[in-house]
Formats: sequence, C-alpha cells, structure tokens
Amino acid sequence: MARELHGSIVVPGERLGSKVEGKHPYTLDMGGVKVATVIGLLSKRDDKNVFINLKGVYMPEVGHIVIGLVESIAITSWQVDINSPYQAVLPAHDFLGRPFNPATDDLSRYLKPGDYIKAKIVLFDKTRNPVLSVQGDGLGRIVSGFIVDVSPSKIPRVIGRKRSMINMIEEKTGCTLFPAVNGRVHIECPNKELEMIVIMALKLIEAEAHTIGLTERVAKFIEEERARRGV
Amino acid sequence: MGGKTQVRLIDENGLRHDGRRFDELRPIRMQVGVLANATGSALVEYGRTKVLAAVYGPREPFQKYMVLPDRAILRVRYHMAPFSTTERKSPAPSRREIELSKVIREALEDIVLLTEYPRTVIDVFVEVLQADGGTRVAGVTAASLALADAGIPLRGLVAGVAVGKINGVLVLDLDEVEDSMGEADMPIAGAPDLGLITLFQLNGVLTEEEVEKGLSMAWSAIEKIVAMEKEVLRSKFEAVGEEA
Repeated sequence: MARELHGSIVVPGERLGSKVEGKHPYTLDMGGVKVATVIGLLSKRDDKNVFINLKGVYMPEVGHIVIGLVESIAITSWQVDINSPYQAVLPAHDFLGRPFNPATDDLSRYLKPGDYIKAKIVLFDKTRNPVLSVQGDGLGRIVSGFIVDVSPSKIPRVIGRKRSMINMIEEKTGCTLFPAVNGRVHIECPNKELEMIVIMALKLIEAEAHTIGLTERVAKFIEEERARRGV
Repeated sequence: MGGKTQVRLIDENGLRHDGRRFDELRPIRMQVGVLANATGSALVEYGRTKVLAAVYGPREPFQKYMVLPDRAILRVRYHMAPFSTTERKSPAPSRREIELSKVIREALEDIVLLTEYPRTVIDVFVEVLQADGGTRVAGVTAASLALADAGIPLRGLVAGVAVGKINGVLVLDLDEVEDSMGEADMPIAGAPDLGLITLFQLNGVLTEEEVEKGLSMAWSAIEKIVAMEKEVLRSKFEAVGEEA
C-alpha cells in the first residue's frame, strides 16, 4: 500500500493559487497566481498553504555551512565541489590562517583532491564562484567518519521539525550527524555496522521525505536493523 | 530480400494501416528516473518509437569560453543509436541529427528558467533507441520529462506530436510507414499550461485550412500527452511504499 502523503504532489506548470508560500525559483508568480516550476508538495502548515520542492539544485548562499570535496589544487587556492552548479574556491591564506607564499608552501601537504572539508560560504553572487572560509568553530578538514550524499531538497526532512529526526537517529544509534545544506551528511559512528544502518536510514528518509509518519518508520527501521545485525 | 510491398495507408473503413483512427495516437508509455547517473532521465515510447533522454547539470562547462554571463546554456544532442533503424545507422552525427538537436533545443529553451543559473550549462541527451516515426517529437516529450525529473525549474511541461497527410486525409501521430509514404508531415510541440507552441515544422504541402485543422488535432493530442507526463511525474512520488 502506498504511504499517506503530507499533501498533494504538484508538477511543473501547475497552478497553486494566489496565497501559497514557496521559494523562488521553485514557484513563479504568473499574473497573480503562483505556479510550480518543479515537482513538489502542496501542504497546509499552520493554516498556510505551503509549497515544498521535492526536487531542486543546491544554490550557494552567503553564510551557508557546506561540506565540500576538494577537486584540485590551484596556485593559491583549492577548487572545491560543493554539489552546486558552481565550483567553490578555498583560498590558501584562509585555510592556513597566515600569509601564504606559493614559492615555499606546498598546498598538497594540507589538502589533497578527495579530501572533504566543512566550510562556510563567505562570498557569492552568481557573477563569480563561491568563496569558502574554514575560519570558524567546527570548520576545516574532515578527518574521520563518512559522507552520505542526499538530495539537497531533502535535507530539511533529515533534520526534522525542531531537529526531531536527527535527534532520534543520534539517540538510537550513538552516531553524530552533521547535515549540510548542500546535500551532504557527515556521520561519525562507533562502528561500521551502525554507520551502515545510518546510511540506510538516510536513504529511507530521502525516498519517503514527503510521507506521513516517517520519523516513527525510521525509528522502527533502526531498531529492526540493530536487532537483525546484533548491534 | 523480397521487393517492396505496397501498404494500404487507409482502408475502406477509414482506418489506418495499423488499425488506428485518423485522430488516434499510438500507445504511449513513459518512465522517469531510468538512469541513476543522470541528474534526470526519462524513457518515452510512441508505439514502436523509443527515445531515452538524460539531463546533466546545471554545471560549469568544460569549455569555459562558452558560458553566458546572464543565463545558462541549454545544450541538446539528438542522436539515433546505430541499432535504432532496420539498417545500421552510422553513429557519427548526421546533418539531420544536428538540425534536430537545434530544433529540440529551441522547443525547450522557452520553458526552462535559464536565467536562474548564469554561467552554467544544462546538457540534454536525446538518444533514439528505436525509430518508427515521430522521433523528434517523442524526443521533446522525453527531454521535458527528464528536465522535470532533474529538478530544473520549468515554466511548464512540453510535449510533441506530428500531424501528417496520407491519401488526402489528415492523420495524427504518424509512424515510419505513414511518414515515408504520406504527402506531408507537420511536427508540433507545445506547452499547454502556457498556451505556447515551441516547435512547428512542415515537410510537404498543406493548405491553410489543413494547417489549421492539423494544429487543432495536434494541440488536443499535446494536452493529452502533457497530462500523461504529469501523471508519470506524480506517480513516482505517490507510489512511495508500494510493493513492486
């Protein structure tokens, strides 16, 4: 049996009505009527009609904390994939926290292609690529754990209302999770079995983000998996 | 191999060689999310015509010189697989394929919100797996579905269909036999939600009245095909939790 949904599924080009809240560019105002531009869910939240996109591309915004994958090393910076249409730049002086001399410093000693970093977007305006900074609490190279890719539009559901989903997963598995807005989740678990359970739980959330009773189903899934694997 | 056999395009009951009425579409099947590696994908069948579309991006192009400062570039490649026709088709892009790539791109450009992703490229690959007439219009339908599946903002969904003339009668959704033996072929694509025609071609000769009638037949069919597209996209999310 199909799951019960939080609202009705809307597809591109469908009219949503005039009093619907939705983010640009996932809804467009066409002659006073909001129109969906991507597949989404039209639901009621606190007496308001809200459009939640179920598909979408991650667009960087200044202030976002993202998980980036170092792709290449330039002369004075690293090129970082942040799962967006634009490749980000992490300046070497920012990472090192001191003036940088390309003649004496070898950037590959600090970050290599394939490394993951947690960074903040400090500059971006669509006319130039995002600039990252690792100056801040908890930012920098990710040295342990595992990164799981989830659709960026499902990250709010991974977190849950008032962090309900993430708190439940952390409590039931003993793992710590950091979901970044760009669709990457950093997980650190006591062992590989629990790590696998969390990855499967995240994939379940991604597939069923728009359905009712998901937190309970994920909790049940984790309990069953733990019992089955004996962890 | 034997010689060419003459096919009766329309019989005494007014039915076409495959039993369809003059205004009847071939059976249409659609599937989305068929390729895991693509951002979005779709497989569309108009009768025996099978077209696969895959969308990648928006992403920074490898050739940086080609970017536009104010919008994304939509790149479309229409290609017929070597095994898509009865005789092997050379895999090299032909003049026709280059033209149809342009035509399909122009049929989609008006509905994709390209200004949301300046300096990027959106790649649409339209691969004809089996050709039996109407590949460009099936390609437009598949590309529209794949773009929606990729989560790229669209003003509306587009679908295409061809109208042709055989034995002096206007018919909808021509197959290969009708296309090659008929008198005219008029592929049309449009976005019913926007009231927009995005592709209109005519090969052969039709009178003004025939064009008008053909357009009206095509438009009703396009509305039906777009309704099918919406149903396929919706069912992907509504069917969550259903046993396979």
